[in-house]
Amino acid sequence: MTKLNSKIPEGELQTKWTKYKSSVPLVNPSNKRNIEIIVVGSGLAGASAAASLAELGYKVKCFCFQDSPRRAHSIAAQGGINAAKNYQNDGDSVYRLFYDTIKGGDYRSREGNVHRLAEVSSAIIDQCVAQGVPFAREYGGYLDNRSFGGTQVQRTFYAAGQTGQQLLLGAYSALERQIGKGSVTMHSRHEMLDVVLVDGKARGIIARDLVSGKLERHFGHAVLLCTGGYGNVFYLSTNAMGCNTTAIWKAHKKGAFFGNPCFTQIHPTCIPVSGDHQSKLTLMSESLRNDGRIWVPKAKGETRKANEIPEEERDYFLERRYPAFGNLVPRDVASRASKERCDAGYGVGGSKMAVYLDFAFNTLRYGRIEANKHNIHNPSKEELVKLGREVIKEKYGNLFEMYEKITGENPYEVPMRIYPAAHYTMGGLWVDYDLMTTVPGLYTLGEANFSDHGANRLGASALMQGLADGYFVIPYTIGTYLSQDIRTKAISTDHEAFIETEKKVQEQIDKLMNIKGTKSVDHFHKRLGKIMWDKCGMGRNEKGLTEAISEIRALREEFWKDVRITGAQNELNPELEKAMRVADFLELGELMCKDALHRKESCGGHFREEYQTEEGEAKRDDDNFTYAAAWEFKNVGEWELNKEDLNYQVVHPSQRSYK
Amino acid sequence: MNLTLKVWRQKNKNDKGGFATYQVDGISHEMSFLEMFDVLNERLIQKNEEPIAFDHDCREGICGMCSMFINGRAHGPWTRTTVCQLHMRAFKDGETIVIEPWRAKGFPVLKDLMVDRSAFDRIIAAGGFVSVNTGNAQDANCLPIPKPDADESFSAAACIGCGACVASCKNSSAMLFVSAKVSQLALLPQGQVERKQRALDMVAQMDAEGFGNCTNTGSCEAECPKGISLTHIARLNREYLLANVLE
Repeated sequence: MTKLNSKIPEGELQTKWTKYKSSVPLVNPSNKRNIEIIVVGSGLAGASAAASLAELGYKVKCFCFQDSPRRAHSIAAQGGINAAKNYQNDGDSVYRLFYDTIKGGDYRSREGNVHRLAEVSSAIIDQCVAQGVPFAREYGGYLDNRSFGGTQVQRTFYAAGQTGQQLLLGAYSALERQIGKGSVTMHSRHEMLDVVLVDGKARGIIARDLVSGKLERHFGHAVLLCTGGYGNVFYLSTNAMGCNTTAIWKAHKKGAFFGNPCFTQIHPTCIPVSGDHQSKLTLMSESLRNDGRIWVPKAKGETRKANEIPEEERDYFLERRYPAFGNLVPRDVASRASKERCDAGYGVGGSKMAVYLDFAFNTLRYGRIEANKHNIHNPSKEELVKLGREVIKEKYGNLFEMYEKITGENPYEVPMRIYPAAHYTMGGLWVDYDLMTTVPGLYTLGEANFSDHGANRLGASALMQGLADGYFVIPYTIGTYLSQDIRTKAISTDHEAFIETEKKVQEQIDKLMNIKGTKSVDHFHKRLGKIMWDKCGMGRNEKGLTEAISEIRALREEFWKDVRITGAQNELNPELEKAMRVADFLELGELMCKDALHRKESCGGHFREEYQTEEGEAKRDDDNFTYAAAWEFKNVGEWELNKEDLNYQVVHPSQRSYK
Repeated sequence: MNLTLKVWRQKNKNDKGGFATYQVDGISHEMSFLEMFDVLNERLIQKNEEPIAFDHDCREGICGMCSMFINGRAHGPWTRTTVCQLHMRAFKDGETIVIEPWRAKGFPVLKDLMVDRSAFDRIIAAGGFVSVNTGNAQDANCLPIPKPDADESFSAAACIGCGACVASCKNSSAMLFVSAKVSQLALLPQGQVERKQRALDMVAQMDAEGFGNCTNTGSCEAECPKGISLTHIARLNREYLLANVLE
């Protein structure tokens, strides 16, 4: 049980990172030129890491499965990025961002890591602005901020509803600059299918060229996995269609422990499912909760249209239950409250599995402000609405357009219908303070690791973590390992470890192609998703999780007997790509349920129905579960649990209250 | 809804390719266009035929991966909409829909509806950045930027790099794409240092990739899913001219 060393530096919380940076061993520039680093994934974490390491002089190879590194799913992040700048003079500080993140994570993350994240947050904004990222500004030319859930300060920087796009294009431009210089070699339309270990250290990867179908061997002194989360295990999620767990899952099977796999985030405001054909779910940014009020009718089985229901017959249930934070409670709390109302029969829309997100109130408020600004006295309601809508449009225009295209309803006129959906995974590969997994030389950055968000992530913190890891953490921490590795010459890819690993990958592909069954890959993925959503989603219990484990095992067996993959392996074959990803989801899903079953408490996004307060809030068990669960792979369906105890020296865990 | 689809099928880069016709029935108005393709592909798999390959990822209209030429229009009949956001409400029962890949010398077809757009990456690599290493930056608020400039820069930066501009242009010109990046950075103080070199280098790479020139027909702006304005091309021309004169 004591295999894990988190390597948190000694000393005061506030000085750990500063001291670490000034004492970390360095690699001199001439040695850096001979050291090769593999970066898998080109989202915020991957692109920022690849660019920053290349700037330092390392030889970098970067891989992504899309046609260009600019497509990574970080691009779809909407609302914003947090930073403890305190530009609003509203009492923000590094400590407060640290504290909010620890509390928001329901006291299941490491103090040392989270404090470092809060410390580097400011530098991220500086770096992005210097790259030309066009953040929203006020009329004086200074940067604007807005509020996000789980905080009482305004610390979120944004670019309309496209913050992820702008940040990723910033990191992408830094990456392309290094590609142009020849210091990064980019391999687009490539998918990593295994890690190569030599003498127990990560020394390369096997990747498949998705156009030719050929397997390739690539050497690196170190390997960085920046491949995002595994939310697509639910089939329906806000992830992109290609998001997958394959890179981290293969690394897990090669010895990297998996941290807190059951900690998944269900986002409260997504467009509801409309039918069986649904291929993915679309998020409506959390920032909308700044200006939108969430409600359901007070009467069960209400049949009137939203606009016909008078004010006094509406239940603004978040404001009612959580007066201090209101509509801005953290995501896990908001999601559960919406589910509770719908389960109790107060849901709206055709399926009755939705709640309203209404902008009418704030449209009028903005209208009044604008009317004052323009010296319009006694404006009519129509005038107020018109003026207010212009403000709403500037803030969220692209989101409103997207909503209308998908649902055919105009959210300026009628409230949005929303429902929670799988969005983000706090769990991921276990990493130490250096972001290294339990496999030497194998690092994991961004959403793919488990490190900073505990059991629930606060809004606008994913972008912060991805860029913190890539721009400001890994360039330092990787020196600890590589400074010991300067005498290692490049290992030939004819080394037996490469040959052997490639052979195993080839065998898996052959096996899949030869099944020639009767059901498509999507068929299995949908069934897995349904099991996960019903039994390992927003509410979990012992019975459901136990059933889920046996159902997943049976489904996995069926998959390996009956999946049909059309086409051939030596060509561009999207069905084969999907099959390999779903094969890994079918193993991961079981581990998620196993982890959820063993954690007999409710915390953050993990809500065990057996463990709740009388008011229906999550009930933690700090005496028995103040640890990160790090699962060690033994065999398919067989794991050993390792525990990393979490020591709170500065913050004292208490019941999380947003009332 | 019952539909007839005429879809471009091409085995690989070297294959000649041609149209294949498919009947799809039972399509709901609520489906997205790509979900209709999912349904068709599922049926093809059931018949042991190879499904149609097409690029797509986020399905939220932001990654820029989806790229279909539908009834003669990039991204189909709705304006300011990517294929993934196009919904079947846009079509009528019994309609015939013709679907092709982007067609341009700079975008060779890889398979069916998938094309190679790496030329766009190479154009960015030639100069679409501010040369600022990690750690060099000053405090973000040391550089106030007038809101109209920041907003105009953002409107250019909204480009998703899908290539609809090239596919729509009779000259296969990439000017709208290139101008969006040049414009974004030319409008900001951060972009001033490399302003001239950027315009020259990016245009040189654009030409080297085989994209045509701009003759101001404006089809790129009309078909751009993000509504990137033609005024950015005017700015690019100005930037390029200025850079040449001052060289």
